[in-house]
Amino acid sequence: MSATAVMAHLPALAVVVPLMTAPLTVLVNRPALVWRLATLSCLLTFAVAVGLLARVLELGPFVYEIGGWAAPWGIEYRIDAFNAYVVLVVTGVSAVAMPFARRSVEREVERDRAYLLYCAWMLALTGLVGIAVTGDLFNVFVFLEISSLATYVLVSMGRGRAAPLAALRYLVVGTVGATFFLIGVGLLYEMTGSLNMADLAARIPPIADSRVVHAGFVFIVLGLALKAALFPLHAWLPGAYGAAPSAVTAFLAGTATKVAIYALLRVVFTVFGARFAFGTMAFDVLLVPLALAGILVASAVAVFQQDLKRMLAYSSVAQIGYMLLGAGLVSEAGLTGGIVHMFNHALAKTALFLALGCIAYRVGTVTVASMAGLGRRMPWTMAAFVLGGLSLVGVPLTAGFVSKWYLVQAALERDLWWVAAIVLFASVLALIYTGRVAEAAYFRPAVPGGLPDRAREAPLSMLVPVWLLVGLNFYFGIDAALSAGVAGEAARGLLGGVS
Amino acid sequence: MSVETTLVVALLLPALGSIFVGLSGWHPNVRETVTLATAGITLWLVASLWPVVAAGGRPRIELVETLPGVPLVLELEPLGMLFALVASFLWVVTSVYAIGYMRGHHELNQTRFYVCFAVSISGALGVAMAGNLFTLFVFYEVLTLATYPLVTHSGTEEARRAGRIYLGILLSTSIGLQLAAIVWTWAIAGGLDFTPGGLLAGKVDGPTAGILLCLYVFGVGKAAIMPLHRWLPAAMVAPTPVSALLHAVAVVKAGVFTVLKVAVYVFGLDLLSELEAGRWLAYLAGFTIIAASLIAMRKDNLKARLAYSTVSQLSYILLGALLATSASVAGAGMHIVMHAFGKITLFFCAGAIMVATHKTEVSQLAGLGRRMPITMAAFLVGSLSIIGLPPFGGMWSKWFLAAGTLQAGEQVLLGVLMLSSLLNVAYLLPIPAKAFFGKPTDRSDAGGFQEAPMACVAALVLTALGCALLFIEPDPFHQLATQAIAPLATSH
Amino acid sequence: MLELLALHYNYLAVVVLMMTGLYVVIANGNLVKKVIGLNIFQTSVFILYISFGKRLGGTAPILSPDFELYSNPLPHVLILTAIVVGVATTALALALVIRIHRGYGTLEEDEIERIEAEEQGGAG
Repeated sequence: MSATAVMAHLPALAVVVPLMTAPLTVLVNRPALVWRLATLSCLLTFAVAVGLLARVLELGPFVYEIGGWAAPWGIEYRIDAFNAYVVLVVTGVSAVAMPFARRSVEREVERDRAYLLYCAWMLALTGLVGIAVTGDLFNVFVFLEISSLATYVLVSMGRGRAAPLAALRYLVVGTVGATFFLIGVGLLYEMTGSLNMADLAARIPPIADSRVVHAGFVFIVLGLALKAALFPLHAWLPGAYGAAPSAVTAFLAGTATKVAIYALLRVVFTVFGARFAFGTMAFDVLLVPLALAGILVASAVAVFQQDLKRMLAYSSVAQIGYMLLGAGLVSEAGLTGGIVHMFNHALAKTALFLALGCIAYRVGTVTVASMAGLGRRMPWTMAAFVLGGLSLVGVPLTAGFVSKWYLVQAALERDLWWVAAIVLFASVLALIYTGRVAEAAYFRPAVPGGLPDRAREAPLSMLVPVWLLVGLNFYFGIDAALSAGVAGEAARGLLGGVS
Repeated sequence: MSVETTLVVALLLPALGSIFVGLSGWHPNVRETVTLATAGITLWLVASLWPVVAAGGRPRIELVETLPGVPLVLELEPLGMLFALVASFLWVVTSVYAIGYMRGHHELNQTRFYVCFAVSISGALGVAMAGNLFTLFVFYEVLTLATYPLVTHSGTEEARRAGRIYLGILLSTSIGLQLAAIVWTWAIAGGLDFTPGGLLAGKVDGPTAGILLCLYVFGVGKAAIMPLHRWLPAAMVAPTPVSALLHAVAVVKAGVFTVLKVAVYVFGLDLLSELEAGRWLAYLAGFTIIAASLIAMRKDNLKARLAYSTVSQLSYILLGALLATSASVAGAGMHIVMHAFGKITLFFCAGAIMVATHKTEVSQLAGLGRRMPITMAAFLVGSLSIIGLPPFGGMWSKWFLAAGTLQAGEQVLLGVLMLSSLLNVAYLLPIPAKAFFGKPTDRSDAGGFQEAPMACVAALVLTALGCALLFIEPDPFHQLATQAIAPLATSH
Repeated sequence: MLELLALHYNYLAVVVLMMTGLYVVIANGNLVKKVIGLNIFQTSVFILYISFGKRLGGTAPILSPDFELYSNPLPHVLILTAIVVGVATTALALALVIRIHRGYGTLEEDEIERIEAEEQGGAG
């Protein structure tokens, strides 16, 4: 196939590559080989994502018709700066976490089931990328369920009997969410006769006063908010993240909720349009307080967690609040802040969860108490954890700072003092919960016999991905031209007709 | 090497040096040689920039544009020059002192200590050389984070609690208030560059400017204005060289320096002198001066007493900045230098006493003058300079600050300064007086001459001599301080 | 009003099923019954979609001069996909339930929570 042909089919390739890898992993069924295959596939998908983003930045948004069927009858993939950006984040996180996974999975998952983990991982990746690229609402549902089912499997593969329980709880909530979404899509179809997002965007405004459209909006938003773990619909998240194998947690933390947020923003801004969503439905009146409450409550809860995985999971709930807050401010700066935070948070949180994975690999447990004296035993891992934590806090020169800058700016633009104050105050809470870990690791002497003898520095194959992400946290904190630039472009695209 | 390159190299050198310090951790002699060499070269580089700045040059270099319109910029102007000179010179002296102290005191984790120390100096130099508010904020935070491990150095429960207070107050004020103020400034002025005459001049007035000023003053927790001063006494659990350089010079001076920069280059003296809020904050600074002195009198722990003295002295500089007259700003700039030399001498003495005799309380020091005459003499010199008596440098900055209060028509604040000098006498002078004339309570003190290690004594003698020298030759620093507001002065 | 409801009794059934399903999911402590509730909830949506497509008196969409009224096939096709997804979800959920039963020896949520609390109390 020639290069131009490959370029033309990039959107399909992003979905097809991981999708085809999944059955292969089952056929091969040898852990080491399967891992190689999966890693290759992740890297390939990432390359495709880079190609997509480059193409969008060069040529602007473009449409890809699946099987050559024209929309609205056929399914089309519509690529603009926003979804190219999200695909880049998702595939990037996967491409970093997968190389890390081998050692981690060896320790945490039974050998004869490891290939299933890689298979589910590839399916989850397929689903997540699919949600991001597609321009068809029902197709979103299908990909949503592909990724969700795969995710439930991934979570259930964690150690101990709590993992299947967490997976089932996640499954119940996730299925309810997806079904809500399905109801909403059905109602919209009934009113407009279309499932294509762009087509819907044109057909909704004339019937915007219909009660059915309003109900459709509510069902879709509720369903996606459940998937995105918007406070107070977040209860499933800490359990699922806490129980999943370390590498899976890192992968999910960087991708799953982000994609749900992407879908939410896409539906709210592109399909319904900001005027309908924030004017007629007054969505921001609900969204901003919930986002802020999530930021505060989840950060505060994180401070009191003893298990570090759960602590970071609650922190994720808070960070989701930041992303949705940006959307709720309905301005270019706000949306840019929210979208760039998807990117920055993926960098920071994946780095942190991977660092925890290193600790789990060597120490076994990841509680605050088990950190004592670890700064000496695992210097590189702990340094990475501290630096990743700084990015989470939003210290200048780290990626996290860039998001906060935009969010505070957006809040001040609208004279929302208290919003800016809460955003900044929550940074202090983040400082407390990450600082606690640093303090224990560096300044609390190790309890004699507290750390197992194998608690030495993690293997290189695990450290390299962690430090790669830490490095990127600083790179994108010092020069945010690319990350914030594309996010700005995406924000302008979403606001499109409004302004 | 061009001037701009020198700027960057001087900034990065301590940080780079810290890597080598870290790598040479297993060989104390190599490690300390690297520390000294780095400190020496840094001082030489900074000093080589002095003539350029004194001649009116403003070396400036844009490193990278972090966000659209928000670049990392280095620009050296007179006030920054002054601060950079003080910090880099005293780093050399403190390095000498630290070697004696850390070895004499058998501290653990010395490599981590030297690494963090060097990074802190990079942070302080970055604050001095920052060309806009964003860059200043970046290095302000670097300084906070790099000094945290130094505060918690010993790892005891007390040290960790102090570390929590330290980080808690400094980071929450800077992220919560200062960052908000910076973003707001950006929204109003469309830029963050330090501008002679004031970035905000003519763009805001009245209540908005007042709130913004409060955000800045309270957002700079390092300036330790009450009620945000708690971190400073808490930080005294750190090893003495840290207290000496960082908590008497680099960190706290970075705080007041930030306020001074904001006063001169963000608000501009014209705007600031019209603000009602500025007056009220100046009174709060006055209150801090008196209240901290009163607390200092009641502290028996020597380092705690010196810490409260620092809180009080920092508010002198805040007062000078907030009164926004030509004399008061010059006085504030000079007080950065004068107080630095005076206070570091006192801390060096406190550390020397601790190393030689393991005494930490003022009440234990009676009769110590016979055993440690050099140290106690230096302590007397430092005290007199802090009080502001000739023939020591502290006199000059107080002189200009006092003149500034009169320029601004604030006789009450003049009274505050005078009262504070009396209080300084009351809490500082009894210490050397007791040491020389008091009766030893402890029989070992009656014994012969027993000073701290050579390196410690050499360092404290040097800074004590500095106090005297600054009385004779204050002019270079006075010039730098007045240069900062010169364009404004001529426009009147 | 009554007439409207009588004519659209299928929608009424959808609402009743939907609420029943959701109630069971939320209120019932038995994990298998939760899964059943989930199924009822999903089934209500299947009926909803099928109702959307159905036209009274309409026939299958095969072009023929004898008929003018066709049902819309698309919702029916769509819901076929959703049914498949539902089956997969149920299968996975039941598999998880089996593993939970193996781990805890019970399927009652309050008992599982008690075991968890004891475990944590013992550890901490």
